[in-house]
Amino acid sequence: MDVGTLAFSALYQFGDAFAFLVLSACGLAVIFGMMGVINLAHGEFIMCGAYVTVSAAHAGLPLPLAIALGALVAGMVGALVEIVVVRHLYDRPLDTIVATWGLSLIGTQGTLILLGSTMAGVGTPFGSFQVGAYSYSVYRLVLFAAAVAVLAGLYALFNWTRFGVMARATIQVPHMAAALGVDTRRVYSLTFALGAGLAGLAGGLYAPTMTLVPTMGTTFIMEAFVTVVVGGADVFLGTAPAAALLAVVKATMTSWYGQLFGQIGLLMAVIVVIRVLPRGISGLLLRERA
Amino acid sequence: MNALTRFLHRLEGPQTLGRGPAFWAGFLVVLAGACAYPLFSDGYTVGNTVYFFTWIFMALGLCLIWGYGGALSFGQTAFFGIAGYGYGILTINFGAAYGFTFVALILAVALAALFAALLGYFLFFGRISGVFLGIVTLSVTLVLERFMAQTAGPEWRIGNARLNGFNGMSNMPPLTLPWPGGDIVLFPDVQLYYVVLGMLVVVYLGLRILVNSPFGNVLVAIRENPERAEMLGYDIRKYQLGTFVIGAALAGLSGVLYTSWGQYITPSSMGMTAAALPIVWVAVGGRSDLTTTLVGTVTVLAVFQALTIHGSQYALVVMGAMLVLTVLLAPSGLILALARLVARPFTRRENNNLRGDA
Repeated sequence: MDVGTLAFSALYQFGDAFAFLVLSACGLAVIFGMMGVINLAHGEFIMCGAYVTVSAAHAGLPLPLAIALGALVAGMVGALVEIVVVRHLYDRPLDTIVATWGLSLIGTQGTLILLGSTMAGVGTPFGSFQVGAYSYSVYRLVLFAAAVAVLAGLYALFNWTRFGVMARATIQVPHMAAALGVDTRRVYSLTFALGAGLAGLAGGLYAPTMTLVPTMGTTFIMEAFVTVVVGGADVFLGTAPAAALLAVVKATMTSWYGQLFGQIGLLMAVIVVIRVLPRGISGLLLRERA
Repeated sequence: MNALTRFLHRLEGPQTLGRGPAFWAGFLVVLAGACAYPLFSDGYTVGNTVYFFTWIFMALGLCLIWGYGGALSFGQTAFFGIAGYGYGILTINFGAAYGFTFVALILAVALAALFAALLGYFLFFGRISGVFLGIVTLSVTLVLERFMAQTAGPEWRIGNARLNGFNGMSNMPPLTLPWPGGDIVLFPDVQLYYVVLGMLVVVYLGLRILVNSPFGNVLVAIRENPERAEMLGYDIRKYQLGTFVIGAALAGLSGVLYTSWGQYITPSSMGMTAAALPIVWVAVGGRSDLTTTLVGTVTVLAVFQALTIHGSQYALVVMGAMLVLTVLLAPSGLILALARLVARPFTRRENNNLRGDA
């Protein structure tokens, strides 16, 4: 195997890990960065997106539309959850974790009762291509592109739209934003829905590559947690670099010792990082500006 | 003598609910009832009751960390699992003769405590608090579960003990008391009931003394305002680490008792669902007090058991709903809210120390 194919293989694995980390974490990071709340039902929103996507695809909808529908439904469920539960707990962030954990239990077990222990999936589209001696899945490249697109989209949303301006104002000084006429409650609701929708998008995008079981959210949630902890409270200066850093760790450990050691490597990395940088990468990058 | 009485005076104090002769009379009545219970019941039912009891240690440990220390630890089941597996590995390799099972119990609990000390060092000395503490401990638990779940192959063995992957370990000997004229094997029956009940009373009273001691007062001060506690000269990291280790050791004790009770332990005892249950017990009961946690845990476990018999699949949904409703409607816990309601006519002075943290 020559250097080129080796480099491509490493790059491919890095891209795969990066896409997984970004997509699974961005919904969680948006909500955390905005409200300082960790949504423990994050995995269930991912599961919701995946189930809706696959059901829609079975009903004959083309896959991209089905994925969009999955994200939309997850976002609407997120808005509902915000109105019914999370809204009442903004002054108690630790209780929000506990409450969303309760929702996560209800979500997992409810899905198991209603839809059974597994659901027929859809095949991974686009087939594969060959580089050197190995074949690679085209869909993984699509996922990487999607991750980059999501980051770009979020950047555009938060910097160039009216909602983005109001959201950033609300993050910085909530009562000042409220005094200037921003409906902060609505901004919080929309942000929570956006986070849930991004989780649903991740679920929809990964639905064709995995088996659909009610506990599938836990596959994502640990990676999402780790990325958010390492990244800190900022999506662009935190989540993206954290995902890049962790993707190197994960890809290396996975190709050496297998999937599980990829995760153990992530966990070790996070424990070391928080010992050195308690406020995450964005805390380090923003130190001068703070 | 003076030192001893002062020590015993700490059984009641500002950090615990219940004081005075009335409370202790009630305590003795409940204890007598618990001691007499096997006389009115058969061995099988008593054995099932022990199963409830095994979980209470973990709940009390979480109450100490979360309710008194204000640190959100979602990783209690990791310590539960470590100690459970530790007990299994030790007893399968070295057998149960000469009371070794109790040595194994202590070693396994020490193993869990050691792991907690290591993890806690990174967490508390990195000044991780609040939300992050919860998700890092939960991540550790989930990774541990996945690690144990993939140990199915024959290469995963420690001595004679196969880890057996997702199916878990089984057939370790139960706790065995060495006794002149034949060891007493503590199967889930009346003997084990009394041993575990004894441990429970010791742990409960011990924790009451601990939280009413200077250590406990500092702990509550840290919960209420970490900066202030630090300005007053306390190294809050050491207090938090100490609490974390004690809580983890109690979770480990639960793990050992559970493993020896059913003679099996599986990775799913560390999974997402398993990790949520201690949170439910403690939150529903009232996390800021040991007694309400104890009562709450027994109540929720009994409800859970009843639900599991009548409609097993709905039990977890009800647990989740209970957790959400508790947080929304009675943030300090249902049992604590009830206790205050009952106690209101009897208390003259304002209790100013029972406020749960956010």
